[in-house]
Amino acid sequence: MSKFDFEIAVVGAGPAGLAAAALAASKGASVVLLDEQAEPGGQIYRAVTETPVRDRKVLGPDYWHGAELMGPLRDSGAAHWPGTTVWSVARPREDAADGHRPLQIGLSRNGAAAMLTVRHVILATGALERPFPIPGWTLPGVLGAGAAQVLLKTSGLVPSGATVMAGSGPLLWLLAWQYLQAGARIDAILDTTPKQNWRAALPLLPGFLRSPYLGKGMKLMLDVRRKLTVIGNVTALRAEGAIGGDSALKSVVYTRNGAEHRLPADTLLLHQGVIPNLNLANATGCAQRWDEQQRCWRPTTDAWGATSVEGVSLAGDGAGIGGARAAEEAGRLAALDALHRLGRIGREQRDQAAVPFRAALDRALTGRAFLDTLYTPAEAFRVPADDTIVCRCEEITAGAVREAVRMGCSGPNQAKSFLRCGMGPCQGRLCGPTVTEVIAVERGVSPAEVGYYRLRPPVKPITLAELAALPKTDADIDAVFKH
Amino acid sequence: MFRRLPEIETALNAAAEAVAFTIDGRPAKARAGDSVAAALLANGVTACRNTPVSGAARGPYCMMGICFDCLVTIDGTGNRQGCQVRVSPGMAVETQNGKREVER
Amino acid sequence: MTQPRRGGEYDVAVIGGGLVGSALAWGLARSGQTVAMLDEGDIAVRPSRGNFALVWVQGKGLGMSDYAGWTKKSSDDWGGFADLLYQQTGLDVAYRRPGGFMPMLSEEDLQARANAMMRLHNQPDMIPYPYEVMDRETLRKELPFIGPEVVGGTYCPLDGHCNSLRLLRTLHKGIGMLGVDYRPNHRVERIEHRDGGFRMAIAGNGAGGEIRAGKVVIAAGHDGARLAPMVGLSAPVRPQRGHVIVTEKTAPFLHHPTVYIRQTDEGGVMIGDSFEEAGFDTTLQPGVSSAIAERAIRFFPLLGKLNVVRSWAALRVLTPDGFPIYEESKTAPGAFVATCHSGVTLAANHALTLAPLIAAGGLGDRFTPFSARRFHVPQAA
Ligand SMILES: Cc1cc2nc3c(=O)[nH]c(=O)nc-3n(C[C@H](O)[C@H](O)[C@H](O)COP(=O)(O)OP(=O)(O)OC[C@H]3O[C@@H](n4cnc5c(N)ncnc54)[C@H](O)[C@@H]3O)c2cc1C
Ligand SMILES: Cc1cc2nc3c(=O)[nH]c(=O)nc-3n(C[C@H](O)[C@H](O)[C@H](O)COP(=O)(O)OP(=O)(O)OC[C@H]3O[C@@H](n4cnc5c(N)ncnc54)[C@H](O)[C@@H]3O)c2cc1C
Ligand code: FES
Repeated sequence: MSKFDFEIAVVGAGPAGLAAAALAASKGASVVLLDEQAEPGGQIYRAVTETPVRDRKVLGPDYWHGAELMGPLRDSGAAHWPGTTVWSVARPREDAADGHRPLQIGLSRNGAAAMLTVRHVILATGALERPFPIPGWTLPGVLGAGAAQVLLKTSGLVPSGATVMAGSGPLLWLLAWQYLQAGARIDAILDTTPKQNWRAALPLLPGFLRSPYLGKGMKLMLDVRRKLTVIGNVTALRAEGAIGGDSALKSVVYTRNGAEHRLPADTLLLHQGVIPNLNLANATGCAQRWDEQQRCWRPTTDAWGATSVEGVSLAGDGAGIGGARAAEEAGRLAALDALHRLGRIGREQRDQAAVPFRAALDRALTGRAFLDTLYTPAEAFRVPADDTIVCRCEEITAGAVREAVRMGCSGPNQAKSFLRCGMGPCQGRLCGPTVTEVIAVERGVSPAEVGYYRLRPPVKPITLAELAALPKTDADIDAVFKH
Repeated sequence: MFRRLPEIETALNAAAEAVAFTIDGRPAKARAGDSVAAALLANGVTACRNTPVSGAARGPYCMMGICFDCLVTIDGTGNRQGCQVRVSPGMAVETQNGKREVER
Repeated sequence: MTQPRRGGEYDVAVIGGGLVGSALAWGLARSGQTVAMLDEGDIAVRPSRGNFALVWVQGKGLGMSDYAGWTKKSSDDWGGFADLLYQQTGLDVAYRRPGGFMPMLSEEDLQARANAMMRLHNQPDMIPYPYEVMDRETLRKELPFIGPEVVGGTYCPLDGHCNSLRLLRTLHKGIGMLGVDYRPNHRVERIEHRDGGFRMAIAGNGAGGEIRAGKVVIAAGHDGARLAPMVGLSAPVRPQRGHVIVTEKTAPFLHHPTVYIRQTDEGGVMIGDSFEEAGFDTTLQPGVSSAIAERAIRFFPLLGKLNVVRSWAALRVLTPDGFPIYEESKTAPGAFVATCHSGVTLAANHALTLAPLIAAGGLGDRFTPFSARRFHVPQAA
């Protein structure tokens, strides 16, 4: 197996992947950019090439920056395969004849699975919204704020009935602001940012004052606060359906200063920040660590995005949350390092070319610590009460997880075996962080000690027929049929 | 409940971009480029399935392909992710009732 | 929780909290023993979390009729065992015994299978049990979805299956209720036989320290190979990798387990499995998963449309001849080893038959055939 389909595969066409693919291909490497969405852009620039929201002031200048990333990609000559889901990255058993150890990418495209052989993989799988487990978060009508934003970007849809937004973090404010520009209805914003976070964040303020976010962020927040009802210091939250029924959201109940209040709601948009979407990296075998500041797991990477698995690097929010501009620069750094590893550029050339990107990355990350600290979700919203569902797929409550801990489960993998939490189709994306933290609190140890799910391919479902059609070696067949 | 921004609704009514499809056999209209999940929400369908575990109603939650709460039956194939499939003319979308059936 | 007696000493320490260890700990505690169950932590080689959940009789024991009988006994006792667990814990391990099939894709294979079943039953001391060799049409009446390549198969009414993850959980819940002191993150580094009892040194990167017990049962799966010789026993087991695939939840359609495909009580279709000598590497091989998927579709073409939601590879705990080892140490009486590659099937035996014997003090002659000494007999000239 000495033939490669491509030298470099980039998974994810958000800012990180777009920048990585364009740079690597422009330096002559053969590159394929794979993304499961129909259009490039990732989460922030979702549908930027075809959004029906043509009024530029609605989505704002940060969004439209995404359009500038498309030209370089086109000009670079990188192949772009949209609608392609990557479900596995692995090394086959044998080394190739020429001594190289290729990587195999399992993908699914137009309902057919295939394996792609490459020499280097850059995972740019981005982020997902941090799980926000509150009672009733599974009711129809409750969505992530990021999800609502996708509806706006891709389809020009905004909530029409009584609408409540709840949580904390920059994206919540951004969406509220975009809704304001679009003339959408928002009845209230329930701000769950814990009061004490301000105190913790204050020492980090000097960094933030130099941040590129400052001006934009402040203006946006002031705008929203001026025009909308913002209810602060919300310490508890639940979504309720019709009395006695669970068919759809009817109201949102929140606690402020110890008193409960109820708001009628047809739509509740929840958000408490984003965390790395690390399933593919985890299933690839990349080591990961607990990040106390961002309170999430992140794959371990060096300054170039290289992971613990040779030939696999990470760029963008999938390696730890830094935002879109940071993702873009990290993509370029990972591309340079890949070019170097493939022998296309020397070490010095790599280091030199990296200087402006690294400076831009540092700039983009300035002030991040302040935001991370300020917007750390309150424990009550990360480690919910017993009767709250944590695993949406298998409908497992926090109480069940605690009971498993009392039975001796010391981590999420045994809990998964016992309870099925994390075994559904979402493969733990919506429960993993919560399960880790619930176990940690129950055991009185750190999340780092508790650990995370060990994931296996396929990280996204593929059909049995697709799997069956993949190439097999004689050894593979014998392992199954000769017994 | 979701609605289109007015200028988009207007353009949609100019028909060129409109896609006719069905939800549980009822005629419905979407915009070309809508995901099935978005098209359902635009047509007032917030609950698109009930779960195989408890039977509870669910609707799209993440719109980015990770939560699997948008599962629907599309053109006779069960458990498809509505937010990851684009609506197309004549598509038959059905709400997903619990477990998938092996023959659909 | 029952406290250990005499300065931190338990009647029995069970090493290993997989299916074998927890079934034994459950049975020992029910027999009135004070028990500590020492286990590794969240991440461990633990096939008890990755098996196929068959409670299977047909075909087992060719080469050792005692094993065939032992297997049949467990199958016969399994229903009562599941009831006991349910009464105690309120958890249903979903044991069903609708009879199981082994479909075949060629006349040659079917003939070989029929011959093997016949040889099995012709062994001396074999306790017979019913089975049938079916042609395609007969099989199709029972399994209407078989593909065109299926030529027939064998059927045994004793075969069944359960929810083996729930079994593991239920046993753990049960032993907690019986007062067993379960110690995760207590990897045993060394066992010492001293003063008529046993001292287990716990790995320093876990809890550390020492556990003492009057008896010790080594049920540590693969690590038995290392631990057994410390007390004059032997458990020459090796890992054999098996890939398993599971689909999304599907409305019930497959009413019998088959050797390679079964529908779980939750609805997922579980599809197995491969047989690979790959040491302790549990990395998935896409080609192997693919071969498993292909075979499954040849058996039941309608599975092709289902979505695969998870797959994994687990390591069978295999002795050289594939049969279990149950033995008490001659040089360190009170030390036992129990290991097998069908820990689900044999769970009823371990809990209801083996554990009470260990509690009472010894295994007796009946277990001689299961001694590891069978691997050390010099080859006859
Ligand atoms: C829903 C959502 C909305 C957001 N909106 C904004 C915003 O408006 N403004 C802002 O500043 N930040 C926003 N963010 C934060 C966002 O994480 C970053 O701004 C930025 O998008 C990160 O860029 P990235 O390149 O690292 O990843 P992303 O932009 O997230 O791109 C990752 C891409 O990888 C693809 N992918 C993932 N896994 C696979 C796979 N297995 N196979 C194939 N493709 C795969 C995804 O489809 C996606 O297109 C949002 C985050 C989320 C989750
Ligand atoms: C793919 C596959 C399919 C299978 N299908 C079936 C089936 O259908 N039916 C069936 O009956 N069987 C089946 N089996 C076999 C069954 O899973 C095993 O027989 C059973 O799990 C073995 O249990 P165990 O307790 O001996 O081992 P394990 O599950 O390995 O448990 C050993 C335990 O000991 C712990 N441990 C190890 N070393 C130490 C130490 N030094 N100190 C403390 N603790 C230690 C481990 O952490 C672990 O928890 C299958 C196996 C595989 C791999
Ligand atoms: S809405 Fe979450 S997967 Fe479609």
